[in-house]
This record gives sequence, C-alpha cells and structure tokens, in this order.
Amino acid sequence: MVFKQDRLRRTMMFVPGNNAGMLKDAGIYGADSIMFDLEDAVSLAEKDSARTLVYEALKTVDYGDTELVVRVNGLDTEFVKADVLAMVKAGIDVIRIPKTENAAMIKEMESLVAEAEQRFGRPVGSTHIMAAIESAEGVLNVPAIAKASERMIGVALSAEDYTTDLQTHRYPDGKELEFARNMIIHAARAAHISAFDTVYTDVDNTQGLIDETEYIHQLGYDGKSVINPRQIPVINSVFEPTEAQVKNAQNVIAAIERAHQAGSGVISMNGQMVDRPVVLRAERVMKLAQASGIVDKEGHYIGK
Amino acid sequence: MENKLGRTLPADVMEQLQLTPFQTTEIGNPEVQRTAPQVRLSTGNDKVTNDLKKIIQENVHDGMTISFHHHFRNGDFVFNQVMKIIMELGIKNLTLAPSSLTGVMNDVAIEAIKQGTVTAITTSGMRGSLGDAVSHGLLAKPVIFRSHGGRARAIENGEIKIDVAFLGVPNADRCGNANGSYGDEAFGSLGYALMDANYANKVVLLTDNLVDYPNTPASIKQTQVDYVVEVDQVGDPDKIGSGATRFTKDPKNLKIANLVSDVITNSSYFKDGFSFQTGSGGAALAVTRYLRAAMEASNIHASFGLGGITNPMVELLEAGLIDKLMDVQDFDKVAAQSMKNNLNQQEIDASWYADPDNKAAMVDQLDVSILSALEIDTDFNVNVLTGADGIIRGAVGGHQDAATAKLTIICTPLVRGRIPSVVKSANTVVTPGSSVDVLVTERGIAVNPQRPDLLAQLQNVPGLQIYSIDELAELAQQIVGTEAPLEFTDRTVALVEYRDGSIIDAIKQRKD
Repeated sequence: MVFKQDRLRRTMMFVPGNNAGMLKDAGIYGADSIMFDLEDAVSLAEKDSARTLVYEALKTVDYGDTELVVRVNGLDTEFVKADVLAMVKAGIDVIRIPKTENAAMIKEMESLVAEAEQRFGRPVGSTHIMAAIESAEGVLNVPAIAKASERMIGVALSAEDYTTDLQTHRYPDGKELEFARNMIIHAARAAHISAFDTVYTDVDNTQGLIDETEYIHQLGYDGKSVINPRQIPVINSVFEPTEAQVKNAQNVIAAIERAHQAGSGVISMNGQMVDRPVVLRAERVMKLAQASGIVDKEGHYIGK
Repeated sequence: MENKLGRTLPADVMEQLQLTPFQTTEIGNPEVQRTAPQVRLSTGNDKVTNDLKKIIQENVHDGMTISFHHHFRNGDFVFNQVMKIIMELGIKNLTLAPSSLTGVMNDVAIEAIKQGTVTAITTSGMRGSLGDAVSHGLLAKPVIFRSHGGRARAIENGEIKIDVAFLGVPNADRCGNANGSYGDEAFGSLGYALMDANYANKVVLLTDNLVDYPNTPASIKQTQVDYVVEVDQVGDPDKIGSGATRFTKDPKNLKIANLVSDVITNSSYFKDGFSFQTGSGGAALAVTRYLRAAMEASNIHASFGLGGITNPMVELLEAGLIDKLMDVQDFDKVAAQSMKNNLNQQEIDASWYADPDNKAAMVDQLDVSILSALEIDTDFNVNVLTGADGIIRGAVGGHQDAATAKLTIICTPLVRGRIPSVVKSANTVVTPGSSVDVLVTERGIAVNPQRPDLLAQLQNVPGLQIYSIDELAELAQQIVGTEAPLEFTDRTVALVEYRDGSIIDAIKQRKD
C-alpha cells in the first residue's frame, strides 16, 4: 500500500461530483490525486444524484494509479453519513473532511469510516482520511488534527473560507496566509503526513501560479490543489528536479547499492557518510524525476 | 461491389457513372490530359455591368454546370444572390460544383433542389439542414464529394466542366483583375477560386469594390474574366472569419495537442527544414503552441507550413521559425492580412496545393500533417463526412490530400459526449488508413502497424501511452457502451471520391 509520505502528491484536482463529463475524463490529466467534490460544488437539490454519480464513476471508470479522494459534506450535515457509506463501499482511497476545526472531528469521521468498512467488508484501515483546514480555529488546532488518527494522510489549507474567517481576503503576495501555511506544513511534517496548499484561483495567470507554487515548494509542501487541469503541468514543472539533483540522487542510490553489495550498513559517497535524510531525499528526487518524464525506465537522465 | 477497403459500393450506380472502386493511395507516373476552357474574345471594354440578372439570363442555361468558391465562408452573399435569380428565371437541371457549401447557403440550396433548378452536386462538404436533407434523399442523383486536390484534378481533366463560375471578390478592376487581399470583405488567398477562374468557360466576377485599372496584385487576371458585376455587397466581413484564431482553453484538446507535439518532436521527421500542415480544429491548432516551444528549445525551424493558414502559423513565420507559408486559404483576418504584407506567405491554388495529377503538388513534399476525425476505424480509415447518426455533416476538405504526408497524425478525443470516435467500423470512409500513421487521443496513442519504424521511435517516450487501435476502440466502447446499428435504405445519396477519382465509399439514405 502506498500512502503517507511515500506517495507523490504534487497536484490534487477538484472535480465537481455532479458533472458526468468531467468525472469521465478526470483521469487523463496526470493529477497525482483527484478530489471528487460532494460538498460546495454541489447544490442541495443535487446532493443525492452527485453521490450516486461519483459512486458509479468510481465503480466503472479506470483512473489508473491516481489517488482518489472525495470531499464529503460536513460532519454537521444530514448528508455526511450517506456520503461516507457510499464512498467506502465504492472503495475510495481518502475521505476529505471539510472545515476541520479540531481533532474530535477526525475521531468522529474515523468511526463513521470504520463502521462503513465493516458494513461493506472493506479491509479495516484501508480508507484514509485527510483534513481541510478552513478557519482560524482549525489552524490553531492543526498539530492535534494531523496526529488524530492512524488513517490521516494529509492536511490541506483552504484559503477562501480561512481568509474570510480572518476578516481579510486573498492578496496576490499571499502574506495573509503565511501563518497558516507554516502551521500546516509543520503539523504535517511532525505527523509524517502530506501537506497540500490551497488552490490558485486565477486560472489564466500562469506566472502567478508558478510564483505561488515555487513559494510553497520552498516551504516544503507536497503540492497544491488545482481547479483546472491546465494548472497541472505548470505545478509539476516547479516540482521537477534539476539535472544536477537527479545526478546527485543517482550517485546516492548507487552508493546504497554498493553498500548493500559489500554487506556494509554504512553508506559512503565521495568519502562522506550518507545518512538517512540524504537517502530519503534522493529517493524522492528519483520519484519526482520519473513522474516528470526526465529519466527513462532504468533511471537514466534523458532531459525533456 | 466492394473496394480494397471492403466498403460496399452500389454496382449499378458505379457502372452507370463509369466509376472505378478505390485501389491504392499510390498515384504513380501516368501521363494525363488536361482540358482547356472556351474563350469568348474581348478587348476588356465591355465587361462591367450591374445587371446580374441579364448576365445570368444570357449565360446560364438548362443542364449547365455552375460553380462558386467558399472563401467567404458563412459571410457569403454571392451564392444566394445568384441562385435566387437563377430560380426566378426558371432555369433547370443545373449541376452545382462549388469548392464547398457553407451553412449560409443551405436554405437557398435546398429550395433550388426542390424546384429542380439543381439536380446534381459535387462539393467538398455540406452541413446542417442541407446535409440532413441530402442524407434523407432530397437529391435524385448522388452527391459527389471530392477533396480540394481531387476537385482541382477533376476540373483540370474535365470531369468537372464548369460552364459558368460566379466568383465573389473583395475588389476588381473593370477588366477583371482581382485579389482577395483588399476591401471590406478581404479574406486573403483565393486558392480554391483560382481553379474556377482558370478552367471555367465563363467567369463572372461579383464585387462591391470596383478599383482603378490595372489592379494589382492580380490573383485572378483579366485574361480569365468575362464579366465584372457590381453588386451591393459580396459578404459580411464579420462572418468571413474571426479576427485572430484563438488557442483552445479546453483542457482535453490541450492534452491531445501536447501529445501530438510529443509524437512529432520524438519522430525522425522533426529536424531542421521540416514542413507541416495543421487543421483548423481546436486540438490541431493548439499543436502549433507546443511545437513552437519544442522548435525554439531544439533550435529547429521549418521550411514551410501548408494549407489553411491561421494566426498561430503567422506568428511562427514572423518569429523566423517557418521560412514560408504556402497559403491556399486563410482562416482568420491576421492570416489574410499577413499574406498581403509578407512576401514569404505565398498564395497557392488548389492544384499546386494538392492535385495528385500533377508535376508535383505541395502535399507531395509535406513531412507532417495533423488532421482531425469524426471517426477512425481499427484499420485507421478516417471519416470526416458523416456523423454518428449517419447524416452528412462535414467536408472532405484537404484531408485525403494532406494525409499523404510522411507522418500523418489524426487527433481526436476518444469519445465525444456519448459518441465514440475510435470504432470498429466507421460510418463512412473518406481517408484510407494506409495513409494514416498515428492516432492521438487524450488517453493515449496508436501507431499504424504499417509503421514499425515510428513505433520504435515513440515507444520509450515518457508520458506517451501507446495502445493498439483495437484497444482504444474497446476502451471507447467500455465508456459509452454499444450503440444500436444505424439503419439505411438501399439508395445511394452520395459517393466519396478518393483524390485520384476512384470511389472510396458510398453514403446511403438514412432510414428514420
């Protein structure tokens, strides 16, 4: 099972749960994760039909290796129980909780999910959970939220509701999000789970998206939520390792092989000891290089 | 009777019209005879008139073949003006031989068929109500669909003998020198109309912009023109073409375009001095954007771009990434303007562009063509003419012609809504699969098994998912399910010529 920090999560694409055409095509754009939305994108009158539509899509459409996430309706709504039952039955990878304020909400979802797994004979623990942080309360509680369950795979910042809660709005430079972004990445890393940045809503502003993605990449985020498939290659390009990074990672991995062959527990490269963080980073670089298509199947650098 | 592709052709109609079934895409080196028009002698002083009715009355008679061009596209005012007078005059049994028929002509064309004014049609395409009416048996004789190159060939060898050509132009002088570049309704290249001007027995220009003699540059020349008729307006400038063709924002089309670019840039044809043609459809057009980035990154430039020209092609020309544009028509105002201003954008006629019976056409020199499809079958045969409902709703255009390129790429979404594009058997075959090399869909690509060399070049490209075309057809069917077969009567409503004049398919009357 590939989850928690092992998995690339550069992009999580939002797909409205009530749009059959978009559900059908969601898998073709190369998003690392797809998030089917049963919450804000779906009007009250369509809650049931969207749930059925997403259920059928999950049962019939081949999304390949993409991680499949569903944003269910809030824990305080009448829809959430039916949402969780249907999605767990369909074998969803991750349930995303909207407007997460505290760890108790994670516990509440955990029991709903566990109940559904039992009812539909799904392996216990196979359904993961992630939390969307959309308020000041949520940001202040995010360390506890991130560690609230073994099922947790990530926390995501949702900036629209959050900035409203702060009584501000989004600015191009994103300064209003600094505290939340730093809280969330620290909470995620402390809990060994993924951190997702918020959506960049100005779809036609490619440079703005690049700038924001470079910033959250620098902070350490796994990736961003996207609302338009056109944003996926832009974000991926920011996460693409350089040739020097790939070459260095290859050297590290070669050093590991040499150490294994020599039966040595100590890995050294250029006379220096290679410690565990360096190994982890090298493995992640190679994974990113594979996903970016800049190395071939054997791991040789081929460029663009 | 079946042709080489296994398409059923009506033996009786084939025999009656003395037609041959499609055999091969190879043209060979036979010697052919071209025809020449009749010429009514004039010194040029008696050509101008504003009495269109009189010109028609004196020159158009029962049983004749008349022609029009479609460079004004949906802004055309010429076809309807002329046809209404012809109907008024009670002229019957005409063969209509335009370069193509656009939607704005549909109502009048249907009326002319109903009245018996028009009893035969040869065209590149038809759409909307006219396509629907013909598919339901409105016209007694089958329509003959020809590619742009095929029409040029048929005009040159006399299969289409045009008695009178009515050619709208945005400017002309009193002797008939005219071009497509100046005036309110300027559309750029006169590529298709140049065939009619050269080979019709009578050439009638219609213009709303009589300019000083001698008018240059003269694409149509005074040596070819019998009459210059002044009319109020030849077209609606706003409907001729958009200002500048915009790139699609549709993510699926962009994905397809990106994959097409990957196919081209990883093929052996992507080298300095290569040539290419793109269609005007969303995905085909967007290929230019990705190709441009790849050309700049690899320091590769193209020797020529061919066919229908659009703003993105002009941008490549102006950036020095293409040496020449060989221009048979312009799809937007930027492209039209550019032909006027740029010596490296050459107006070419349909024969030079694509006529197979030629001492070399431009398409014979083409490396890469990017074309669209309504359907493609598992033998790579392409339909661009009939919809999933079996109704005529498209045009052959330059599809068969450009498909002779060394690398022909068909790009299409795997399914459109609930309609599959990759199918076991296409409703109509227009372009033979033997001239198609690669199919690109949003889910992945398929390489024609005839091209193991291409497969070898493409199979290790990261991100390029290669399937067999049968797998893609199955994938499409998994998504949309199996549709009930269409029902047709035995009556043939249209025949599709391959560019060499052989019959590649027949279209039957739809049974509702």
